[in-house]
Amino acid sequence: MTYSEIRAVALATLLSIAPEVEVDELRDDRTLRSQVDLDSMDWLNFLLGLHEKLKVEIPEADYAKLITLNDVVTYLQKKLGAA
Amino acid sequence: MIEFKLPSLGADMDEGTLLEWKVDVGDTVKKGQVVAIVDTTKTAVDVESWQEGTVHRLIAEIGQKMPVGTVMALLLAAGETAPAGVDAGGTPRPASEAAPAVPAAAPAAAPAVVAAAPGRRMISPAARKHAEEKGVDLDSLTGTGPHGAVTLEDVERAAAPRPVPTVEKSAAEKAAVQQAARAADMRKTIAAAMSRSKREIPHYYVAEDIPLAKALTWLQAANAQRPMAERLLPAALLLKAVAMALKRFPELNGYWRQENGNAGFVPGAAINLGVAISLRQGGLIAPALLGADGKSLTQLMQELTDLVKRTRAGSLRSSEMSEATITVTNLGDQGSNSVFGVITPPQVALVGFGRIAERPWADNGGLKVLPVVTASLSADHRVSDGHRGALFLIELNELLQRPEELDK
Repeated sequence: MTYSEIRAVALATLLSIAPEVEVDELRDDRTLRSQVDLDSMDWLNFLLGLHEKLKVEIPEADYAKLITLNDVVTYLQKKLGAA
Repeated sequence: MIEFKLPSLGADMDEGTLLEWKVDVGDTVKKGQVVAIVDTTKTAVDVESWQEGTVHRLIAEIGQKMPVGTVMALLLAAGETAPAGVDAGGTPRPASEAAPAVPAAAPAAAPAVVAAAPGRRMISPAARKHAEEKGVDLDSLTGTGPHGAVTLEDVERAAAPRPVPTVEKSAAEKAAVQQAARAADMRKTIAAAMSRSKREIPHYYVAEDIPLAKALTWLQAANAQRPMAERLLPAALLLKAVAMALKRFPELNGYWRQENGNAGFVPGAAINLGVAISLRQGGLIAPALLGADGKSLTQLMQELTDLVKRTRAGSLRSSEMSEATITVTNLGDQGSNSVFGVITPPQVALVGFGRIAERPWADNGGLKVLPVVTASLSADHRVSDGHRGALFLIELNELLQRPEELDK
């Protein structure tokens, strides 16, 4: 999958959790959780949604690496490429 | 004849609007069965029946707003036949004192201070006079004063000329207006409940910094063995620890009741943790995790996930809305260091957790950096004292140092 395809999946997953998000206003290089009001349960559900849609395992130890939308998409792209 | 009444779904609920009947005349109703969906100012709630019977008559109509205690339906008990004269049509009637009370769908969280009898409007003399002068129908007004009293402002608002809309609003604009109105209603409801709490409950506060290195290390190891969908959040550990600690401090788990001139503490029959859940459109609801002390961490996590999802989707059950015996608010990893909450009446305590963060920690003459959470207790001084409150937090701390024992 391309970067933009994975990004689209990530945004769709995000919208299913936080429907109020204006995706056009999101900055890929900024902390996602400072731009979107996501509590720890929302964040877990976001990662779980990505796992279910893309069949990518995300170990808890990697959660700390996923700060920005760009981090998330790049991480998933590497995982998908390695699969 | 069993009267099915609109239960109180929390101390901050005075009325509800029937959205849907889930049963029809002639249906058999079992205990715990959802019989109606009722909209409160906060959310839509599946209302359960706590008596068994056969639906004889559905009195309330869809879309009808009614005060708590209104008889919504009549059920026939097993073997009972309908007495003459009760099957005629009519509008819902407020419950009278003489009417046999349905064992409330909400036995636990009935308001400590009983609101004005629904059948009797409380109207200030000034408001009544003003209404007569302006030709305002008092029966059509919703009072915003104490216990639903109609105030002068309510009459003035009703008498004010209404602006004539010049342009038809789009569906999106209408939805936005509806959402704003709902948010305003919810804010008003929260304001009323919290004002009442601060007015009536003599709060005291204690706090304890709790190191979580052991708990989080245990959690990380446990999660490494679990599939993603079954991983635990620290919140599950915190909730279980609260539930276990409450077993030794029953004076923090229950209700302050004021009935028939008598006031006092009534311990909760179970440990039902009301979990404060923020709504995306603003406001919050604190539905209950029932019997939290008897559940494994996996069960608690599953139920918490489900509760958050259903709270935000507006599909809670009446028992979840009414049976919390204490509230827990957890600011999570995006919150502040600490929170000192306002007790939800008629409960007598609230436990707050701030953000789990790395902090310097002095230990045995040395200094470390550890993940720490500040736990706080807001409690009702009519029922407990600061010393017991502090001991509760120490117990909480000790339980969190033995996380493996919480998973039972």
